[in-house]
Amino acid sequence: MISIYLQGDSWLHRAPAGLKLFVVAVASLLLFQVNSPLIFIACLAGVVGCYATLGSEGLKRLALLRGLTVLLGILLVLHWISGTFWEGISVVLRLVVLILAANLVSITTRMDDMLEAVMPLFRPLGWFGLSARKPALCVALVLRFAPYMMQIFSRMREAYQARTGAKNSWKLIPPLAIQCLRMSDNVADALQARGGSDGLAGQAEIRTRPKAA
Amino acid sequence: MADRSLVHIAFYAALIAALGLVPPVAIPFLGGVPITAQTLGVMLAGIMLGPVRGGLAVLLFLFLVALGAPFLAGGRGGLGVFATPSVGFLIGWPVGAFVAGWIMRATPGMNIFASAAVSAAVGGILVVYLFGIPGVAYMAGLPLTTAALGSAIYIPGDLVKVVLAALIAQTIARGLPGAMLSRS
Repeated sequence: MISIYLQGDSWLHRAPAGLKLFVVAVASLLLFQVNSPLIFIACLAGVVGCYATLGSEGLKRLALLRGLTVLLGILLVLHWISGTFWEGISVVLRLVVLILAANLVSITTRMDDMLEAVMPLFRPLGWFGLSARKPALCVALVLRFAPYMMQIFSRMREAYQARTGAKNSWKLIPPLAIQCLRMSDNVADALQARGGSDGLAGQAEIRTRPKAA
Repeated sequence: MADRSLVHIAFYAALIAALGLVPPVAIPFLGGVPITAQTLGVMLAGIMLGPVRGGLAVLLFLFLVALGAPFLAGGRGGLGVFATPSVGFLIGWPVGAFVAGWIMRATPGMNIFASAAVSAAVGGILVVYLFGIPGVAYMAGLPLTTAALGSAIYIPGDLVKVVLAALIAQTIARGLPGAMLSRS
C-alpha cells in the first residue's frame, strides 16, 4: 500500500499510535515556548538519535530535509534582511526538530493504526446522526482509487506524449476528470447495491489493507 | 449524507492526489518558480462539487496526508508536512474550496468560465493566502509583511492556475454536464 510507513519492529513501531501522537503534540507546543538555540540543538540530537535507533533505513529518511533546504534557506535570508539573523537560526532549528519529530511518528505508525487512534475524534459525528464509520469508508475509497487514477493519468500522458511530443499539458485534466467521474458513478451504484454506506459502515470494521492472517 | 456524495468526495480527494503526480513546471518568465497542479485540484474540487462537498473533499485529502499517504506534490506526506512553514496554506485549502464552491453556487446565471475564474481567484488565491501568510509568519517568526512578500513569488503561478481551472471546468461541463454538481 502507498504510505511513507517504514517497515520495522523497533521500540517506536511497538509504541501505541495514540501515545506517539500525544507526545509529539505536547513536545511541539513546548518547543514554541522556548527560544534558545542550545535547547533546539539538544532536541535535534535527540530526534536524530531516535531515527538512528531505526537503523540505516531510518537514517535514510532524514533525506526529507533535502527537499526543505531551499525553503529554510529563504527563511534564513528573510530573517537576515530583517536584521534578526540569530532568531532566524532558532526558527530554522525549531522547524527542523518539529518536522523530523512529526515525520518520525508517521514513518513508524501504520496508516491503519493511525486511523484507529484518531477515530474517537469522529465520534461527535454521531450527534448529527452520521456514522463515525463514514470517514473510514472515505479513506478506504481514496486509498483504493488514488493509485488507479494515477495509472489512468500516466497512461493518458504516455498517449499524449506519443501524439504530440510534449510531456504534459493541462489538456489532460478534463478527460481525466470525466473518466474518473464516470467511474465514481459506477462505484456509487455498486455501493448502493451492497446496502449503501450505512450497510457497510455498520459492519464490524472497514480495513484499509487486507487483514493479516 | 447520501452515498453518491460520499463517493464524489472520495473521488475528488483521489483526483487531487493524482494531480500531485504532474511534474512541477518551472515558468522561466516568472523567475523559475515551480508551479504544481495540486492547488488546481483544490480549486476544481470547490468549483465542481460546490461548497460543502468541495471543502470536505479537500479535508479528506489532507486527512489522508496526515495519516501518512505520500499524496502531496513531490511525494510528501505524513505529519511532518503539517510542521512546515507552509501549513497555513494547507489549512486554507479546504476553506478556499468551500468559498470557491459557494461563489460558483451564488452565480448560477454567469457563464461557467467567468464564474469559475472568479471562484478560483477568490477561493484558491485570496482565501488560501489569508491563511497561508499568517501561517508562514507564525511558523517562521517573521513579520506579516515579510511573510507576505516571501509568499508573493507564488502568486503569478497561481494566476495561471486560475485560468486553467476555469478552462478545465468549462471543458468538463461541456463533456459531462452532470458533473457540475456545484450548480445542480
